Amino acid sequence: MRILRRLGVEVIYPEDQTCCGQPAFNSGFFDEARGVARHFLSVFERERFDYIVCPSGSCTAMLSHYYPFIFKEMLEERERSEALGHRVREFSDFLVNVLGVKDLGVRYEGRAAFHTGCHQRRELGILEEPRELLSNVEGLELLEWENDELCCGFGGTFAVKMPDISTAMADEKIKALEKSGADTLISGDSSCLMHLEGRLKRTGHDTRVYHLAQILDSDEGKVG
Amino acid sequence: METKKPTHERDTEDRRHEGIASKVEGFNERGRKAVRDRELHDAVEHFTRKSVAARNTALNALPDAPELRERAYRIKQETMANLDRYLEQVADAVEARGGKVFFAKDGEDAVRYVGDLARRRNAKVIAKSKSMATEEIELNRRLEEDYAGLGLEIAETDLGEWIAQLADDHPSHIVGPILHMNRRQVAEILSGVAGEKLPPNAEDLAAFARKRLREKFLTADIGMSGANFGVAETGTICTVTNEGNGRLVTSVPPVHVVVMGIEKLIPRFSDLSVFVQLLARSGTGQKLTVYTNFVTGPRGEGELDGAEEMHLILLDNGRSELLGTEFEEALYCIRCGACLNVCPVYRQTGGHAYGSTYSGPIGAVITPLLKGNEEAKDLPHASSLCGACSEACPVGIPLHDLLLKLRNQQVEEGLASNAQELAFKSFENAMKRPTLYRISGKAGRVAQKPLLRDGSIRPVPGPLSGWIDSRDLPPLAEKSFRELWKEGI
Repeated sequence: MRILRRLGVEVIYPEDQTCCGQPAFNSGFFDEARGVARHFLSVFERERFDYIVCPSGSCTAMLSHYYPFIFKEMLEERERSEALGHRVREFSDFLVNVLGVKDLGVRYEGRAAFHTGCHQRRELGILEEPRELLSNVEGLELLEWENDELCCGFGGTFAVKMPDISTAMADEKIKALEKSGADTLISGDSSCLMHLEGRLKRTGHDTRVYHLAQILDSDEGKVG
Repeated sequence: METKKPTHERDTEDRRHEGIASKVEGFNERGRKAVRDRELHDAVEHFTRKSVAARNTALNALPDAPELRERAYRIKQETMANLDRYLEQVADAVEARGGKVFFAKDGEDAVRYVGDLARRRNAKVIAKSKSMATEEIELNRRLEEDYAGLGLEIAETDLGEWIAQLADDHPSHIVGPILHMNRRQVAEILSGVAGEKLPPNAEDLAAFARKRLREKFLTADIGMSGANFGVAETGTICTVTNEGNGRLVTSVPPVHVVVMGIEKLIPRFSDLSVFVQLLARSGTGQKLTVYTNFVTGPRGEGELDGAEEMHLILLDNGRSELLGTEFEEALYCIRCGACLNVCPVYRQTGGHAYGSTYSGPIGAVITPLLKGNEEAKDLPHASSLCGACSEACPVGIPLHDLLLKLRNQQVEEGLASNAQELAFKSFENAMKRPTLYRISGKAGRVAQKPLLRDGSIRPVPGPLSGWIDSRDLPPLAEKSFRELWKEGI
């Protein structure tokens, strides 16, 4: 919010918004997901705006990619979701490709690895934008890490349904993170981070974990 | 490590009990065991890492790979739309060349055909090259049981399949059937057959295998193979192998039987140029496999090699029911194994955790489709939906979208648990009503207070244990974003 305002964007927050419905959708409860999606559509259709900016690749993909998927057979709602979907932008995509901003003029001391969430990578294809933004952060060294295309193991309800496998997947990411020498883990998806941070803490790591927006926000006191 | 039983002993009891491809209820339990088996983990990691790297190199070297993929998809789409016509065409072509064609509705049909043929030919030895279709219908076991009186010896001649057979094990990967074993384990198994201790190095083990297998090719009464592709216009069966056993099995014994899933058809001979490249590069990272074998009918007049009799068994086993449905794309699969290699779940668990003939993402899709949702309820959930499978698929099957549709189908068929139904109904209700959503958030913030410790939720039994047992859980923020917004951030 602070970043967007600083860049001269007028931000509105429709207060009746809740969730995009992805947890139900991923579990196969399409009817329930449609119920939530209809709420989302009606809340946002009431507002006047140019873009919906979403600080999560996963939620963005749900809106732009999977709303039309669940409404495939329902013409009216499919059209509505497509219209809305065209205006949804993931945070880094919005900064770089809509605003044309690549350097936020901020500082962060650390050696960082960036995790691209799977939806962001494969459904949205937003790979370079976060890296560009981070490469302009003073003091931040962006590291390559092994198998960075591998899923972290969160996968929504998968993390709770199959906890051992999900945790083993997190451990593989953490092993690669250790090998890279990073002291900071950054991502554009909070859910991946919650999973990885939860496992990092449990296994006694003191890696700093931040959402991309936290790094790019110079007013955020605790970062840096 | 010394006291640990070798892999083939460790798992077989379990599988025998449940029967391969029958109950896959326990993917989670099997997966849990698998992730703790470090030896298995290392073997799977070694194979998948190597395969993914080889595949990437091979496909990157092919400038028109994306176009080939697109073409492959279109060809398969067209094939499935006209499958009845192409089946007729392939049958006519094979028969015109003197071969015999049999349409098998299911595994039982196919096994009966082979058993009757073996009886008629008074066969004693059947030598097989690698075939997932015969694994799918458990041909070996059924022949041995249903035709016990014939005293048939069924010899797998693909090195991996042979070792699996010796160990009473099952393939854990479409392309690398025994990738779950390491060299030491393989040496142990082959030493048992040799009656002497064989050193655990690849050359010696392969030399021993070659000697033993050679005898099988020469004595076999029937050679059996699968098919990587069947060409409708010419009746040509194409198999790709790296060991040469496929060529021997299809040409040395007097009778050659092919078991081919009906989805393996492609319309034209020229289509092979698309598929053979994609298969080799995606499966093993080779430009072409060592042997690309074409068999068109039995030995013709004046020809020097080939079987006297050739039989093509076209296996349906549930496939035709997918035609024209939203799951039809699952039939486009060319069994390259790329989706297994890139799958982060497969990489943790290996193939046996799936409890089915086909493992990995494609296994999680086609097992319930061919066997029914009840039989493979867990499999569509054995995925974090990361999409690496769909990205890797050389024919563009949207695997993770199909997994989602299968999950939905389960819900619609009433197969989800009551607890889940209730949970997602409540979820929908709360998310549709902003007030209820806010109240839930507030209630959560109050409820979590006694559970807080060092800034995280304390591990407690209950619905959250699936998470908290292995990971810290951050508490809900003290104020919601909406509250901060209202306060004017």
